[in-house]
Amino acid sequence: MTTKEYKRADGRKNNELRSPIKAEVGVIPNADGSAMFQIGKTIAIAAVYGPKKMHPQHLQDPEKATLRCNYSMLSFSVTERARPGHNRRSTEISKITEWALEPVLLIDKYTNSVVDVHINIIQADAGTRCAGINAAAMALAQAGIPMKELVSSVSVGKIDKTLVLDLDKYEDSEFDEGEGSTDIPITFTHSGKITHIQLDGKISSKQLKEAIELAREACKKIYEVQKKALKDSLGK
Amino acid sequence: METTKLTEERIKKYLEKGKRFDSRKLDEFREIVIEKNISKNAEGSARVKIGKTDVLVGVKMDVGVPYPDSQNKGNLIVSAELLPLSSPRFENGPPKFPAIELGRVIDRGIRESKFIELEKLCIKEGEKVWNIYIDIYSINDDGNLVDAAGLGAIIALKNSRIPKYDEKEEKVLFGEWTNKNIPLSKETPITITVHKIGKTFVIDPDKEEEDISETRVTMSTSDGVIFSMQKGDKCELEVEELYKILDLVEKTEREIFKKIAGFLE
Repeated sequence: MTTKEYKRADGRKNNELRSPIKAEVGVIPNADGSAMFQIGKTIAIAAVYGPKKMHPQHLQDPEKATLRCNYSMLSFSVTERARPGHNRRSTEISKITEWALEPVLLIDKYTNSVVDVHINIIQADAGTRCAGINAAAMALAQAGIPMKELVSSVSVGKIDKTLVLDLDKYEDSEFDEGEGSTDIPITFTHSGKITHIQLDGKISSKQLKEAIELAREACKKIYEVQKKALKDSLGK
Repeated sequence: METTKLTEERIKKYLEKGKRFDSRKLDEFREIVIEKNISKNAEGSARVKIGKTDVLVGVKMDVGVPYPDSQNKGNLIVSAELLPLSSPRFENGPPKFPAIELGRVIDRGIRESKFIELEKLCIKEGEKVWNIYIDIYSINDDGNLVDAAGLGAIIALKNSRIPKYDEKEEKVLFGEWTNKNIPLSKETPITITVHKIGKTFVIDPDKEEEDISETRVTMSTSDGVIFSMQKGDKCELEVEELYKILDLVEKTEREIFKKIAGFLE
């Protein structure tokens, strides 16, 4: 039995986010709200259009506005060209993103309307759904969509037996020793509620609880980056 | 027909008192009825009924090319179809989100648990491997299709034989089987979903309960080890609530495993 701790290839501490972390609000002039979020080598952009009338009419909700997210990876965002357009994975991530964001939105009064959130991944190096959610939250805020609070998202993982924060591509999909890699993307509201969690891998419930705590702390840091970017955009 | 507001309020009132319309406890499954080998042309198959919910799962195999990132492993392909026959709410046409999610959630539970020993399903590295197709069909949707599909998948796999393969002709002899089963590990992933309705947590909802569920967490676990998890729907959860769900899943998984153990031999 070896109890060798996993050493991260890029020299990060286990509870350290990738760098750089960059956020910029208002990157797409045509949009009602937009933002870019970069963490390490993963870059996402998001644009919000709406609230606007929902078409076709049968999709309208007479009680509230509909949040409609559309996540997609650009064909050149990955090493082996991705086929453009939607697939099962992007369909699921789009829905997951809606679920992650909608709890903080106050869109009841915009009946029969839709708020479109388009997320594109420009460069992918793991953690793309989290980066997309972070960008989308800022874009929604800039668009002036009424919100209770922001959400922040990060992936936490277990590499062999070691908990690590913010997996990169190697840790997420190439590491294959010992217990392998477990990936847990989580989204927190600023006040610490979970709006999204997924898990792939193998982990005990005790370690999962530790992982959730780790993600909670990291989301506080990401929140500060989002908040600063939103504040900076007001000066423009 | 979707569940009405009136029914919703009544269900919630009952749940707060720890009661359900069908007199089950909040953490109690409906009766589970399992039938193996429902199609003799399948490599393996199972029918799982949970109350009035009814799901068929079949396993088929053929030989294909390995994926670039797993040159020495068989391929696992899980898909789900919500048949129009099984509910007035389902329509023909390309799969919509619920069917896609169902297939993907079951896929991840099986894949991440390494239940199928895919590295033993390689015929020639980089060139030829077995494809395993797990196909899920709803026959009657009265809630909790996902847990039924999860049980169906592991039972169908447990009862699957590998077809004969002619190495000279390089083709599968469909309809003829070897006496070898699909190689499986001992850790059997069980899929359990917990729903939050009002302030209560409910296991195995019927359709009315599922309709008014505010959020749900589906987990694939074996003996306290978690392989996959997905939170669905747009309602936030306190961290403490998630921990409660974890405990509930762990307890339920052990109960369900005991119940179905006979079908896994």
